[in-house]
Amino acid sequence: MTERISFESAQKKALDTARTRLLVGGALMAAAFLVIGVRLVDVTLFGESGPSRLTSARNIAVETQMDRADIVDRNGVLLATSLTTASLYGNPRKIFDPQAAARALVSVLPELSEAEVAGQLSSDREFVWLSRNLTPRQHYEVNRLGIPGFDFRHEQRRVYPLGRLTAHIVGFSSIDNDGLAGIEKSFDAALSERRKPVMLSIDVRVQQILRRELAAQIEKFRAIGGSGIVLDVRTGEIVSLVSLPDFDPNEVGNVPDEARFNRSTLGTYELGSVFKIFNHAIALETGAANLASRYDARKPIRVARFRITDFHPENRWLTVPEIFTYSSNIGSAKIALDIGSAAQRKFLSDLGLLRRSSVELPERARPIYPATWREINTMTIAYGHGIAVSPLHAATAVAAVVNGGILYPATLIRRSEVPADGKRVISAQTSENMRKLLRMAVENGTGRNANAPGYLVGGKTGTAEKQVDGRYKRNALISSFIGVFPMNAPRYVVMVHLDEPKGIKESYGYATAGWTAAPVVGRVISLIAPLFGIAPVDESAAEIRRALTVNVTAPRARGRGIATN
Amino acid sequence: MTTFSRTDTSVMGRWWWTVDRWSLAAVVALMAFGTMLALASSPAVAERLGIDSLYFVKRHLVFLPVAAAVIVATSLMTPLQIRRLALVAFAGCLVGLGATLWFGVEINGARRWLSLAGLSIQVTEFAKPTFAVVTAWLFAEKLRDAKFPGYSLAVISFALLVGLTISQPDMGQTAVIGAVWMTQFFLAGLPMWLVVGLIVLGLAGLAGSYMTMSHVASRIDRFIDPATGDTYQIERSIEAFSNGGLFGQGPGEGTVKNVLPDAHADFVFAVAGEELGLILTLVIVILFAFIVLRGLVRTMGENNLFVLLAVSGLLVQFGLQTLINMASSLQLIPTKGMTLPFISYGGSSLLAIALGIGMVLALTRRRSGQAEGS
Repeated sequence: MTERISFESAQKKALDTARTRLLVGGALMAAAFLVIGVRLVDVTLFGESGPSRLTSARNIAVETQMDRADIVDRNGVLLATSLTTASLYGNPRKIFDPQAAARALVSVLPELSEAEVAGQLSSDREFVWLSRNLTPRQHYEVNRLGIPGFDFRHEQRRVYPLGRLTAHIVGFSSIDNDGLAGIEKSFDAALSERRKPVMLSIDVRVQQILRRELAAQIEKFRAIGGSGIVLDVRTGEIVSLVSLPDFDPNEVGNVPDEARFNRSTLGTYELGSVFKIFNHAIALETGAANLASRYDARKPIRVARFRITDFHPENRWLTVPEIFTYSSNIGSAKIALDIGSAAQRKFLSDLGLLRRSSVELPERARPIYPATWREINTMTIAYGHGIAVSPLHAATAVAAVVNGGILYPATLIRRSEVPADGKRVISAQTSENMRKLLRMAVENGTGRNANAPGYLVGGKTGTAEKQVDGRYKRNALISSFIGVFPMNAPRYVVMVHLDEPKGIKESYGYATAGWTAAPVVGRVISLIAPLFGIAPVDESAAEIRRALTVNVTAPRARGRGIATN
Repeated sequence: MTTFSRTDTSVMGRWWWTVDRWSLAAVVALMAFGTMLALASSPAVAERLGIDSLYFVKRHLVFLPVAAAVIVATSLMTPLQIRRLALVAFAGCLVGLGATLWFGVEINGARRWLSLAGLSIQVTEFAKPTFAVVTAWLFAEKLRDAKFPGYSLAVISFALLVGLTISQPDMGQTAVIGAVWMTQFFLAGLPMWLVVGLIVLGLAGLAGSYMTMSHVASRIDRFIDPATGDTYQIERSIEAFSNGGLFGQGPGEGTVKNVLPDAHADFVFAVAGEELGLILTLVIVILFAFIVLRGLVRTMGENNLFVLLAVSGLLVQFGLQTLINMASSLQLIPTKGMTLPFISYGGSSLLAIALGIGMVLALTRRRSGQAEGS
């Protein structure tokens, strides 16, 4: 009896334990089903799994699927965009007759080899690429064949609708959409992260005119290349930037290095007499000379083993404006001696000529200048030898000289208002005097061929011999011209340089800047001024003459005033 | 369906009035969903395998009535008959598992299938429910009669079964068998220090298989950090759910089945998510939860320890298998080959599940007095 009771109580105790513990098990089960339900709702309504599971590998996959942002010019014209293209693949397992399928496919895609396609389609695989990035028409034609087993994958392809026109600015990106050059590289992160287009300061209309005129001149004078820049002096915006030769960014496979080289920003050149703009500006700013100062230019200067001569010697005392107009090296060197090395270096530095440009391109040059700045360096730098800068450096500094004295960093990104990051480098008075000198050089001096009637062009020529292996080569020139218009209220700097132009009959055998670079600037100005709404004026109007004439009693210019060094 | 009068005392009449009709209805509903999804998902898989596109559909439709018959036939049995059936079947399973090791068909590096009279049988599937009943009997008997060597027999039979399934190797099934056995042991009054010990042992077993079996290690690595390998299947599965949205693409309209190799079996839940949508998929989850939780609640009122342990074991096995399948598809756990009861295609698993549910229904029938008949 006791046994029976103890047995029953043991049974009862065991049952109670089991029931209690079953409650735990049941609760766990219920919780697990609840988790499943919540997760189901989460996955269905909120897509991908939670961020904790998101790994770098998956992020990359997501990113490559996202469209890379467009690049547009200042008016919204498309320069670079991403297109979804269809790529054709075959599933051999679904193709009954590889020969017939290959024949049909080659009939719409003649660039494929029938034998090769038939071979691919006869394989035992489920996936073979047949042709990547089809055009919509090809896509349609293949679909129209109606052959099961041909299918498409969508891929992103970077397309540059204007091709060569902006190649050196926009650059290009790899097939995996990594920026490799130009804006594509410097804005790589922004382009891949955002959807809003990057708007450049470039105006493709101006770009087209500059490139066409420059290319024609390069061909005419059989130059090996050249560059052109149009810069807004009031904002630092680059409206046009050309470097020739160039390349088609849609086909970057076999482009020679020469064509990829951006001469306007990455090339550094001794720009010759163009530097007299800075020399004169520094002299007037520091008071080392004024517009009435006179210098003896009768004899070449001998310093150590150097001899500084004039290309077109006047062999007399010259005033400061005459030295500029006739581009006298002797006079410029003597002015530089009055300025002094320290002041020269400080001002060139202020003008941004001794550091890398801040323009938004990966291809930016660091200027080359003497490490120890001796007196002889000061004298040669006065007329642009012994210092090498990129054309963009020179154009940016000239913009500061003429715009009233404020240096704006050059930019390729469109600015909506006058930038606040300008820095005063010379006084408004000096700037005004420089405008007059630049106008004179075009009216009466070496830059005559740059004149565009009615647009009050001012500017300066520069012809320098190229240094090859440490020696100057007489027949290899860098011929450049920096123009500004309109001179009474400057709006744009237009700079052009040609690399190794050869003299032709029409130029009496000369390949100097006045014959080669200056005419391009003149033509470009007369073509682009209307685009900017700049109306021509009567250049002989008394008011304008008064505003742009140097107020010193200088002898009238004599001679033909062709380009000089 | 035929209706039975309350006073009908025929075998079927008594069955109808004593069986848990709610659970039965839920099972029927799941079978209907399963049929729909088999029709939707398996032709794509069959085409990929290069066989008749309706191959799986036809087989599913053959197995389905058999499964229904198994459920009804099993649920007609008394607890005693169930116990005997389980004992005999389990013994048969052990023999079958041994035979599988010798004569089994090797697929993907594992011997899990036994070819018998033209039918391929996955013996492990049948071992799971029968073993749960056998274990329940051993524990109950031990508690009824202290002299009965229940614990030793339970440990021995467990070691035997697990040894055989590990040899296949089939770690997923081993884990389920182990979890069910431990749950039953726990319910049978296992001291708490042993409970903790066994949990630690189970975790050590998992860690051990991670260390020693490269395919297990690779699956877990991929789950923890998808960058370490191919996570194509699970990513497509997740995509399928979000593609389905609230109302789904409609039966047959999904795309995930075209890319997932096991769309008709292990990943059938993803097909459901894509084609039926969130609402109907939640209904499926609720049906499963209903069967399991209702069954567990009902056994709490049970006075027979054997019945309580057996039903709990069977339902935990059923629920665990369901949860593992769903959690795999939802990337809550590493992918684990486990069928979704009644929904996934698979002859052996369908019949084994039918057997398990049949036994649950038999054991939960209303009985007057001690129906064990001892």
